[in-house]
Amino acid sequence: MPLHDPGEPLVRASSVGVHRGGRWIIHDVNLEICSGEVVTVVGPNGAGKSTLLKTLLGLYCPDAGNVVRAPGLQIGYVPPTDPVQFDLPLTVRRLMTLTSSCSADTIANALQEAGADHLSGSQVNELSHGEFQRVMLARALSRNPDLLVMDEPLRGIDFSSEAEMYQLISEVVEHRGCAALMTSHDLHYVMSRTDQVVCLNGTIRCMGAPEDTVDHPEFHQLFGTRAEAYRHVRHQCQGESLDT
Amino acid sequence: MSRRVTGHLTLLLVLDDFFFRALLATLAVAAVAGPTGCVILWQRKAYFGDTMAHSALLGVVLGIILGLNPEAGVFGVAFLVAATVVVLQRVSRLPGDTILGVLAHSTLAIGLVAMALTDNYRQYELTAYLFGDVLAVGREDLVLIGLGGLFGLVVLAAIWRPLVAATLHEGLAAAEGAKPLRNQLLYMALVAAVVAVGMQVVGALLVVALMIVPAAAARTLAHTPEQMALIAVLIATLSGVLGLYGSLWLDTPAGPTIVTVAAFLFLGCLAFDGGTQRLSRSQGVRRGAARAPEDDA
Repeated sequence: MPLHDPGEPLVRASSVGVHRGGRWIIHDVNLEICSGEVVTVVGPNGAGKSTLLKTLLGLYCPDAGNVVRAPGLQIGYVPPTDPVQFDLPLTVRRLMTLTSSCSADTIANALQEAGADHLSGSQVNELSHGEFQRVMLARALSRNPDLLVMDEPLRGIDFSSEAEMYQLISEVVEHRGCAALMTSHDLHYVMSRTDQVVCLNGTIRCMGAPEDTVDHPEFHQLFGTRAEAYRHVRHQCQGESLDT
Repeated sequence: MSRRVTGHLTLLLVLDDFFFRALLATLAVAAVAGPTGCVILWQRKAYFGDTMAHSALLGVVLGIILGLNPEAGVFGVAFLVAATVVVLQRVSRLPGDTILGVLAHSTLAIGLVAMALTDNYRQYELTAYLFGDVLAVGREDLVLIGLGGLFGLVVLAAIWRPLVAATLHEGLAAAEGAKPLRNQLLYMALVAAVVAVGMQVVGALLVVALMIVPAAAARTLAHTPEQMALIAVLIATLSGVLGLYGSLWLDTPAGPTIVTVAAFLFLGCLAFDGGTQRLSRSQGVRRGAARAPEDDA
């Protein structure tokens, strides 16, 4: 069970900016992630989504502002990687104990939770993208995190498996009651499963509950026709009741 | 005279024997070169190790000029070169292999020039440094190699898990509390130490082979990082023993013979791996789970 009370802030970024290669990749970012909350960062390529995540994780030192993490915060991180990058002899079981040892039971439970228990003896670099993301999710879960940070959890996964993966993430987050922070391209998922949407393009353009964000002009500027299409579908599904 | 004292005397006599000293030195170096070489392969740093080895001659000269022993000089210079590469790769726009190429060959050249400028320059010393002279390992050298090897193994064991984690994914390791930069620096010091002590056994030109050839052979057989490290130690040890006896039998230089044995063991492992892969593939076909593309013959 997560250590932190619901609603307690886990990570807070105040006026954060990251300066790399002569330009500000992100600037003036104010963001707070509270216990039990699901936050999704959306934005075009180069918007600074990964940079924001890495800064919140403490992998990048902010060049402006500051990031505060709750003391004793346990983070489960799923980085944007491919199985082929793990090019050394490595079984899934060993991958689970990469940075800290844990009991065989914990490993088995985490793998089962992520639907990857049949893979424990496999070599990591022979997994498919979908299997690999499940294993990486299991690895993060085995650390019993307060906050699950997933950078592009759908990386390399084909269209037909996307829904399955999103379903899995939702179930896990709901079951565990942990907070989740992720980047995503899938607006439909973002709208249906997220407490808070953060539209990022260098800085936070708009943010809030999905229903509010979808009508925000900045959101439309970022996502153009896809946002329109989404709004259309959503309103049809809900019998035009929310049409404004 | 009791049996125990006789045994003690025999051990002393054996230790006095230059061949046994050579054997012990080789085993000590092999034990630490195996796992160190595995990490070199995983980090794709074979040429990086080569660059450190190329700087060894400069280290020898500096060690002698400063009144230290040559190994200390080699260790210091090799570590400095490694640190320079790391810094240059971060601040310079040149590609990594360009930096390595420039540093490897310029330090080798400077080392040769510096060696020629010193007063006690003798040709035979140069070949000993380049190709190793394990049969000349004295008692003090043996103590140094043994302690160095032991210390290296202790350091490696202490940083092993976070080092492997950072080798796979630096961000992931750092996010989960490892200290990638500190561990990487310690690891580079370890490579420098292996270069320094391994140079006596196989020479500066071949010392990297002692690290990467057994590790490469182990890669084909292992399923986990720890298995690979262990198998690499076994293959390095076997190469050392067979190579030393082989050099005695064939009257060839010890260092190159050890590396030649390692190379043949690598080929053997490769053939074994290819054989088992073909076997499992054909079994897969028989089970109707053909995954391999069919031949068009």
